[in-house]
Amino acid sequence: MNFETTIGLEVHIELKTNSKIFSPSPVAYGADPNANTNVIDFGYPGVLPTTNKGVVADGIIAALALHATVEQHTHFDRKNYFYPDNPKAYQITQSDKPIGHDGWVEVDVDGVKKKIGISEMHIEEDAGKNTHERDYSYVDLNRQGTPLIEIVSKPDIASPAEAYAYLEALRQRIQFTGISDVKMEEGSMRVDVNISVRPVGQEKFGTKTELKNLNSFNYVQRGLEYEEKRQQQVLMSGGAVQQETRRFDEKTGETILMRVKAGADDYRYFPEPDLPALNISDDWIKELGDAMPEMPTKRRERYVNELGLTDYDAMVITQTKEMSDFFDATVALKADPKMAANYLQGDVNAYLNDNHVDLQATKLKPANLAGMINLISDGTISSKMAKKVFKAITNGEEPKAFVEKNGLVQLSDPARLQPIVDDVLQSNPQSIEDFNNGKKRAVGFLVGQIMKQTHGQANPQVVNKLLMAALQQ
Amino acid sequence: MNYFKQDLASLHADLVAKKLSAKELTQATFDNIKATDPKIDAFLALNEDAALDQAAKVDAAGIKEDQPLAGIPVAIKDNIVTKDLTTTAASKILTNFNPIYDATVTTKLADAQMITVGKTNMDEFAMGGSTETSAFKQTKNAWDQTKVPGGSSGGSAAAVASGQVVAALGTDTGGSIRQPAAFNGVVGMKPTYGRVSRWGLIAFGSSLDQIGPLTRGVKDNATILSTIAGHDEHDLTSSTQAVPDFAKDLNDATSVKGLRIGLPKEFLAEGVDEDVKNAILAAADTYRKLGATVDEVSLPHNKYGVAAYYIIASSEASSNLQRFDGIRYGYRAQDVKNLEDVYVKSRSEGFGDEVKRRIMLGTFSLSAGFYDAYFLKAAKVRTVIINDFKAVLKDHDFIMGPVAPTPAFDLGAEIKDPITMYMNDILTIPVNLAGLPGLSLPAGFSNNLPVGMQLIGRPFDESTLYKAGYAFEQSTDFHLQVPTLGGQN
Repeated sequence: MNFETTIGLEVHIELKTNSKIFSPSPVAYGADPNANTNVIDFGYPGVLPTTNKGVVADGIIAALALHATVEQHTHFDRKNYFYPDNPKAYQITQSDKPIGHDGWVEVDVDGVKKKIGISEMHIEEDAGKNTHERDYSYVDLNRQGTPLIEIVSKPDIASPAEAYAYLEALRQRIQFTGISDVKMEEGSMRVDVNISVRPVGQEKFGTKTELKNLNSFNYVQRGLEYEEKRQQQVLMSGGAVQQETRRFDEKTGETILMRVKAGADDYRYFPEPDLPALNISDDWIKELGDAMPEMPTKRRERYVNELGLTDYDAMVITQTKEMSDFFDATVALKADPKMAANYLQGDVNAYLNDNHVDLQATKLKPANLAGMINLISDGTISSKMAKKVFKAITNGEEPKAFVEKNGLVQLSDPARLQPIVDDVLQSNPQSIEDFNNGKKRAVGFLVGQIMKQTHGQANPQVVNKLLMAALQQ
Repeated sequence: MNYFKQDLASLHADLVAKKLSAKELTQATFDNIKATDPKIDAFLALNEDAALDQAAKVDAAGIKEDQPLAGIPVAIKDNIVTKDLTTTAASKILTNFNPIYDATVTTKLADAQMITVGKTNMDEFAMGGSTETSAFKQTKNAWDQTKVPGGSSGGSAAAVASGQVVAALGTDTGGSIRQPAAFNGVVGMKPTYGRVSRWGLIAFGSSLDQIGPLTRGVKDNATILSTIAGHDEHDLTSSTQAVPDFAKDLNDATSVKGLRIGLPKEFLAEGVDEDVKNAILAAADTYRKLGATVDEVSLPHNKYGVAAYYIIASSEASSNLQRFDGIRYGYRAQDVKNLEDVYVKSRSEGFGDEVKRRIMLGTFSLSAGFYDAYFLKAAKVRTVIINDFKAVLKDHDFIMGPVAPTPAFDLGAEIKDPITMYMNDILTIPVNLAGLPGLSLPAGFSNNLPVGMQLIGRPFDESTLYKAGYAFEQSTDFHLQVPTLGGQN
């Protein structure tokens, strides 16, 4: 039996705003429990929410970044449920008119491009956090009211690899807009997953299961791969897949039954009467759209078509907006694009990994990387010397000044090199003889001698040229 | 001292002239409350020490002519939060709840240097029309202590009518200011939805609730509304419309000349008491004599108002009241085994029957499978009712009619019959559904019980209602009659 797989992803993205979505409390991490709260966050009797306009703007930006239609006449709804971390016993969200709908992102799995549809995205508030210690449970409402965007995919994702690619595309595009850090490890991106399989040809979707505890894109893919196989085996052995929630075990790579779903929850959605409807003007959408940075796909096209990078280089450079902006700024200063891309992927990435820092947190500046690359290109320094220069620019030093201060300037002037070449040839008649006898290796020895005399500063290309001219006389 | 016959302006003049100090007035208010409250039970909490301290401070600072409310005592309905002053909304579930912040209206009154003397009794969470659903006490009608004071702002209305205070704040979701004002023979304004900030009002039906003043005269009412109204950044449903000095233009009894008044035939239909009907017809004649025209008009969908209202208000309430879960404040049941127990027992023990009835009604109306037939249908009815009013108010300056079908009824008479109780609101509810301003003022008597008249205006046109109310007041003497309760009388 052949199966086809349908995967649905609900992605929650935490927005990087100064204050909460419906209260003026700050959005900040690491504060003492309940320090970033006020009477609104506590759901005190008599309080009212107020809408943070910046969150609505972020919702519009997300919709634009994901090719979605912005719903211009929208409102908030209440989703009712009891839980101690949900102090009003309702979440203010959007139900029947989400701020964006019918979007898509393009993914590339093994060279095959595919558009994955996004059914809707809505803005809503996060809940607080319950923690349990010994015999007590504690409620921390610092996170209560943190703005979120929930993005729901259409049933277009047909494999775990596509799910991974979809998440990567979402992450990149959102990251480029700057509205969120979109870091799963920090909780600013959270993923809920459901998956079903059905025999090829069957019209009705199979029964889906939900997966929890997927804390990285890799785990999402691995969890889905396991679950895809498990469901297939259940069906092949004549069984039926149960509607249930399963937990991914990072150690074993398996999914384990958490709970069986007994009927749908009834959240009794209705329009939030405390907040006026939102009327989003064409002008506002245009203003936000015009201010939006170039998206990664556009940048990749430009890098490949205009700057001559390979697809792979372009993809790596556009992993984050910071890297891509850094590259653009470096190239704008006349640095060779290929060399800039190589340095960013090589030395720069290694430096970031070794020091566990983000690019923007370092002293590296596009001007200094461009300066170094230009010094290499015009022959002032060799790529070997560049290693020292690179170290210096990671400390914020200006490359030209560093090179001059440390006498790293490459000796490229033939008039200055000629006497040294002559001197080395005179001292090594045996090598000349070897060369004349066809031993080309002798040239290497002679170059080495010249480099030694110049303390490594001689330009190897110029030396080669002068040496060959002399030997072939 | 006796200040029963004085209005805000004359008390203010005495305070400015130092014939009277704020402290004396405040002390006299407490004396009056103590003398009369055993008979009417209007207050749930008194703010004696803090009020007297504040009055002394106001005296020390001196009361100037441009501070018309400085040093004058006011009572606040108990569903409006007052910092450090117990606020229960007359519910056991908020027993001993001391708010850590002030409502916008109480902040504004404090800025005007009014003295908050206490919190008035009400139906639990404002759900009721007789103040009989209060978890704590039964307020009585100021005119006849065997009758209900109306509700839900029964405490505020009885306190004003009995002369305990010159002014009080109430709240009105379906008639809760206007009906008790009518039952007690005082003036009550339900402002346009959005006119007054709801920040600090413990929500019942969020799309219907408004705070408004209860006073003995129209002018006093206008003065208080100007003080509490206005846009509030804490309440996005509060309007940015400019707030006029409503009392300023109230000096001319002939200001209704040329106005067109609509009298809906449905407002005098079956079920409306004969005395009430006659009082309204007499009032119509008074307006005609003052140079206005009164036409019979129709609000054909008025009869669907009560049904739509009980679905919308209860739906919103079912959600609003979920926060009372015993976790963060208020009453928490003892003898609980787990989280679910905390919720279920705290709410079961903390809420009264009427509140539970409405939570169940609202929860049902919003449930999957029933939402379209109930909540959504009610929302559509609401639109139809709004259009009814729009059509009439297009060529009429305001609408007049009774406030309630009957005068105050006997204590205990309707509390066991929710439908009869709900139908009492048939003339006030549509005004809330349409978000319009409604003024209730004394218009007659029936067996020594006051009869109220209701004036309904265009959105944000409280001015016309106050002018018309003032003109009526100047032409009649109903507002001058006072109940006899002892105390200061």
